[in-house]
Amino acid sequence: MKSDYSHTHAPDGTAVRADAVTKTYGKGDSRTVALKQTSFSTREGELHLVVGPSGCGKTTLLSVVAGTLAWDQGQIEVFGLTLNGLSQAEITTFRRQNIGFIFQQFNLIPTLTTVENVSVPLLLNGHPRAVAETRAVEMLKEVGLADKLTKRPSDLSGGQQQRVAIARALVHQPRLIICDEPTSALDSTTGHHIMDLLAGAARAPGRCVIIVTHDNRTYGFADRITEMEDGRVKHVYAGPELHTFIQSHR
Amino acid sequence: MYHLALKMLMGDRAKYVMLVGGLTFSALLMTQQNAVFQGLLSWTTSHMRNMRASIWVVEKNVEQVNETKAMRDTDVNRVRSVGGVDYAVPMFQSILKARAADGSDKPVQVIGLHGATLVGRPPQMVRGELGHLRLPNTVVIDELAVQRLSVGRRQPLALGDTFEINDREARIVGICRTERHFFGYPYVFTSYDQALQFAPRQRKMLSIILAEPKPGFTAEHVARAIERETNLKAFTVPEFTVATIAFIWKNTGIPASFMTTIILGFIVGIAVSGQTFYSFVLENLRHLGALKAMGASNGLLARMLLLQAFTVGLIGYGIGVGLAAGFGFAVMPVGQPPFLLDARSMLITAVALVIICGFAALLGIRRVARLEAAIVFRA
Repeated sequence: MKSDYSHTHAPDGTAVRADAVTKTYGKGDSRTVALKQTSFSTREGELHLVVGPSGCGKTTLLSVVAGTLAWDQGQIEVFGLTLNGLSQAEITTFRRQNIGFIFQQFNLIPTLTTVENVSVPLLLNGHPRAVAETRAVEMLKEVGLADKLTKRPSDLSGGQQQRVAIARALVHQPRLIICDEPTSALDSTTGHHIMDLLAGAARAPGRCVIIVTHDNRTYGFADRITEMEDGRVKHVYAGPELHTFIQSHR
Repeated sequence: MYHLALKMLMGDRAKYVMLVGGLTFSALLMTQQNAVFQGLLSWTTSHMRNMRASIWVVEKNVEQVNETKAMRDTDVNRVRSVGGVDYAVPMFQSILKARAADGSDKPVQVIGLHGATLVGRPPQMVRGELGHLRLPNTVVIDELAVQRLSVGRRQPLALGDTFEINDREARIVGICRTERHFFGYPYVFTSYDQALQFAPRQRKMLSIILAEPKPGFTAEHVARAIERETNLKAFTVPEFTVATIAFIWKNTGIPASFMTTIILGFIVGIAVSGQTFYSFVLENLRHLGALKAMGASNGLLARMLLLQAFTVGLIGYGIGVGLAAGFGFAVMPVGQPPFLLDARSMLITAVALVIICGFAALLGIRRVARLEAAIVFRA
């Protein structure tokens, strides 16, 4: 029987909790500690930005939280489910059911149309092709690409490709949406539009959006910002502190 | 997801064409060379299909059907006396010189048939009457002989025309159709007594004894009885076929040279398809990583890669075998090179392509299984 992880829930509304997570790359002289006893948490209904200089461990944090990268020590809990101890197959199933991804490089499959690209998460979750494509079309209309249904990624602008990626991330209504530099390749108008879409997704009940970014134009959309430095969380900004942080980075 | 796997494959035109092209070439090379080899092997045993007898009795040191070691004429009666033998008739077989109209000498395969029964007669008469072989100096020649011996004539040889075999006149009373012989010499059928007139006289002239078992006896049983009681060698048709092919395998370089080409076709298939498919997987690694991040299991990705590999394999097989068959249709009317495309040859190619595609897919599967989904987060 296939496992169903789509209804797990933390009683206190925590979407993601990472406690004292350590991740090391390489061995011997080339050994690099990317995460040093890092702790991180975010709540349902939040758009949470993770910021910091290059190489500070943002993307590694995102990867281990998403279960795409094995970590060495510490505990990770997503929607009340502890990922420690789950097999790789179980983590894959969990990801399939609960997480939507938006990548910096879009990672759309170039030989597929926009509808086919967007239908992938539904197909992976076992939906029939006709249902998957119908819902993909609806999702593409929601992100303003009704006239691009049969186009291939190479026929679209960067902003349009990122909107296809957002449609793909949202189409199976995942509870956690993980974004890696979603606006870095976009002009400010398009980036603003993309962030509007993501903020809307984050506010939906039981959902959460985590964005790793260098782009300070996106800070104004955040409910919380975690600043990282040298593999550790330097500070978490929320409430009035967040406002001050955003003002200081304008 | 499988339809998307196929779109991913076929959408990359250059790789797709290269994969199909490589597999097509490999399938064509293996099938065509195998078919030519099988055709050549079938030529080595064409004697048995041209003369059709259940039991072939030969001198005890004969190893294969194209070899002649003469026996004594009395050996026919010794074979006839063996229990289970319905009848046994003498046959003469030798390569003699025939003179074409332009004065050149052409080697021909002269077959001397038992005059009373004409056992060993050619399978299909095209023109003329076989029974006329009982008349003096008469022959029935095959279509290849018509072609070879008509050199220097205005019209091809026809019924009633004459030519010389070893300076003796031979009059054509029939033209027949035969399967081509391994040595490539045309067939000239005549009566046993007449053949002895054409051939230089030797102490022993009997080449082969053709025999049939009585009803209720198997050819194998009677053949063993003949060997026991006469100290001659007796073959059934399957036994003589196996012995002849084994002789060719053991004593000629023909199988080795064909096998080399077939193996080269296999290696080309492995090298081109394996390398191309692996580079297709490498180029798609980010996309496969994205699929993995989105929740595609290793098993699903492996099945997608297998589907892609076997789809190009099936297409390449179809085109390759089709081209090989086309080659066969083109050369068969000409008569050479020999070509025999049977189900076994096609099965061998199919098995080879399954191995090639399985190998190519395995390279990709190993790479994808080791792939961390986190690759998609790296710039």
